[in-house]
Amino acid sequence: MSSVIVRIPTPLRGFAEGQSEIAAEGADVGAVLSAVGAAHPELLARVMKDDGQPREFVNIYLGSDNVRTLDGMDTPVGEGDVLSILPAVAGGAE
Amino acid sequence: MPANSPGWEGVPPSTKAGRTDVFAGIGDTPLVELDFLDEIPDGVRLFAKLESANPGGSIKDRPVARMLSAAMRDGHLDGDRRLLDSSSGNAGIAYAMLGAALDIPVTLVVPGNASRERLQRIRAHGAELILTDPIEGYDHALRESQRLAAEQPERYWHCDQYSNEENWRAHYDGTGAELLAQVGEVAGSAPDAFVAGVGTGGTITGAGHRLREANPELHITCVIPDVFPGIEGLKPLGAPDDIVPAILHEDLIDERIDVRMEQATAICRRLSQAGLFVGPSSGAYVHAALQVAATGRYPVVATILSDGGERYSSTGMWDR
Repeated sequence: MSSVIVRIPTPLRGFAEGQSEIAAEGADVGAVLSAVGAAHPELLARVMKDDGQPREFVNIYLGSDNVRTLDGMDTPVGEGDVLSILPAVAGGAE
Repeated sequence: MPANSPGWEGVPPSTKAGRTDVFAGIGDTPLVELDFLDEIPDGVRLFAKLESANPGGSIKDRPVARMLSAAMRDGHLDGDRRLLDSSSGNAGIAYAMLGAALDIPVTLVVPGNASRERLQRIRAHGAELILTDPIEGYDHALRESQRLAAEQPERYWHCDQYSNEENWRAHYDGTGAELLAQVGEVAGSAPDAFVAGVGTGGTITGAGHRLREANPELHITCVIPDVFPGIEGLKPLGAPDDIVPAILHEDLIDERIDVRMEQATAICRRLSQAGLFVGPSSGAYVHAALQVAATGRYPVVATILSDGGERYSSTGMWDR
């Protein structure tokens, strides 16, 4: 188990009591996000599908690496790592 | 819209190869009828403008050409002043492309998660890119461009597509007028319903006004994306902190329909099977337009296919 910082994008902070970062524990990316989701289920529902994989157009970064290019949700995490939840597109302007 | 159309008076005569051709290619996009979608009931027709046919690949060429022309006419870009704006990508490409054609230096503030294809094209045209932290979202990029413009007015002229009145006027004179003419020719009447979304508000305000002038009973539906991951180019318009575009005339909107990304991309895949390769906002518009069509109350429904599907390859959208 490692303690990891999860960075929350602005559109999701309303589902996380306004927090921009959440500390959570787990051995891999999926476990860490599930731990975040246990406290903030509405946030998790917007990030992951029922099968535990990220929704379409949702990217999870471990540091600067998209976990899709690593071992996906099974990617191991280390103490002090930073996960970022990001939309795959920038949005905003038509 | 040809290069010498009203509203583009500021564009000087061509002195650089390609300048006139680029402007002449903007607008007058094809109208397609989506009659292959089974949900459309008998007696209802659904039409869409194919905006990927613009030289910059999206509907954004229209307002950007108009705003640049007005800026040149009014002397905002005299000397070495740089054009500055924020964009999630499509407007940025239009600024970069037309800026290159007109020898206007361009600086764009873009969230760092804008798709790789967009960033590549903006750089290819020689524009300066300032990337903002994607975790802070699009509105952060907009505020950053406002900050830069306020701090360095001698260096930057802020085009500000969110408050620039030329934005919606481009859609009034272009997109809306073309829809009226093209739909009228094929269907014999003006649209009874119009479906679009809000990014800057330019399309729904400009085309909405034009179409409602022709048909005061026009029903206007606004597509609302889910808050996250959102849909490229569309604002959810719900959160208290969201920036509401100054040029949006919200009173035009009769109805709002929520669309999730998965619903939008499902439509994109269906459209691709019929030869139309479009991005997620187009899929969202068609998803909502099908709901409007299914009511049977609006015999002629019109919407927009804002950009092409190639621009989303790096997102994994087509990986199946």
